[in-house]
Amino acid sequence: MDKQTIWFAIILIGLGTFALRASFIEIGGRFALPAPVTRALRFLPAAVLSAIVVPAVLRGEAGTLYFGIDNPRLIAGIAAALVAWKTKSVLATLAAGMGTLWAMQALL
Amino acid sequence: MSGENLRQDWIDGMRVMLPLLPGTVPFGMIAGVVASNAGLDALAGIGQSVVIFAGVAQLASTQLMADAAPVLVVILTGLVINLRMAMYSASLAGHLSALPRGKRWLLSYLMTDQSYALSILRYTARPEMSLASKYAFYMGGAIPMWVVWLAATAAGYFLGNRIPASWSLDFFVPLGFLALVIPAIRDRANAIAALTGGTVAVLGWELPFNLGLFLAALAGVAAGYAVEALGSKPEENA
Repeated sequence: MDKQTIWFAIILIGLGTFALRASFIEIGGRFALPAPVTRALRFLPAAVLSAIVVPAVLRGEAGTLYFGIDNPRLIAGIAAALVAWKTKSVLATLAAGMGTLWAMQALL
Repeated sequence: MSGENLRQDWIDGMRVMLPLLPGTVPFGMIAGVVASNAGLDALAGIGQSVVIFAGVAQLASTQLMADAAPVLVVILTGLVINLRMAMYSASLAGHLSALPRGKRWLLSYLMTDQSYALSILRYTARPEMSLASKYAFYMGGAIPMWVVWLAATAAGYFLGNRIPASWSLDFFVPLGFLALVIPAIRDRANAIAALTGGTVAVLGWELPFNLGLFLAALAGVAAGYAVEALGSKPEENA
């Protein structure tokens, strides 16, 4: 792909991504979103964060999803989830998750 | 609306973003390495982190450029991967739409999964926050994220990936989000939203263009809304 085409693609992706990011923040100043949409969006943080976390925690050595309890990331994710639930501390959660992962990688 | 408080909001935004930054370093470095390997010159390889500023979209589009895919496919792939940003925009609109245009555009440009999650959770927990406070908190986190992403891409482009994969630093990303999502599951409807989002993301994991994540977010939101709508009816009638 030549230099001009590469820049063409980068700039259009950049402009399009900006349009997606700005979309409803711009529209929102002029029209209110329908009430059901606003109510439903209150569940977006829980839904999208869980959708990012669950597959990442299930990722096995081969790069595919692996549900076995000998998957270090799964065990580390469960340990981190328990600590997050008990402490509500981001730092404690990171420490528990990375500590468990590194310990299991050293042992297995 | 004193200047001192806004400074505190800015610092708070930076402070909560800090633990989420280590995970983006190996990811940014990989984006730089992939750009270098794809034959992009330094300006394009690092410039895309400024122009696009979205990791997964950058990685996918760069890979397609290397594979000499049609340019329309490259562009559409990058955009479909970023569809979830429109949902974030809708979620933040009620909080930030009243800002002047320059600030709206700047915060929109800086929007990431991290800056969205941290801000919306804060705004929801503290409904009394002023518009200026909300903006200061958002920018306090979003600017360090931008700096780290740019530095990591540049380091990856010029130095290669110097962080061994065995360190698993990429695992910081899901752990950071995990630490945010667990306290966000405050009630049954949010729990169902999280459960649905996680399940659909697993089921849709092999879908192209990161579509699994977008569909999972949509399904989770719909499930949470349905549970709330069904659950609240008897109480309203009582």
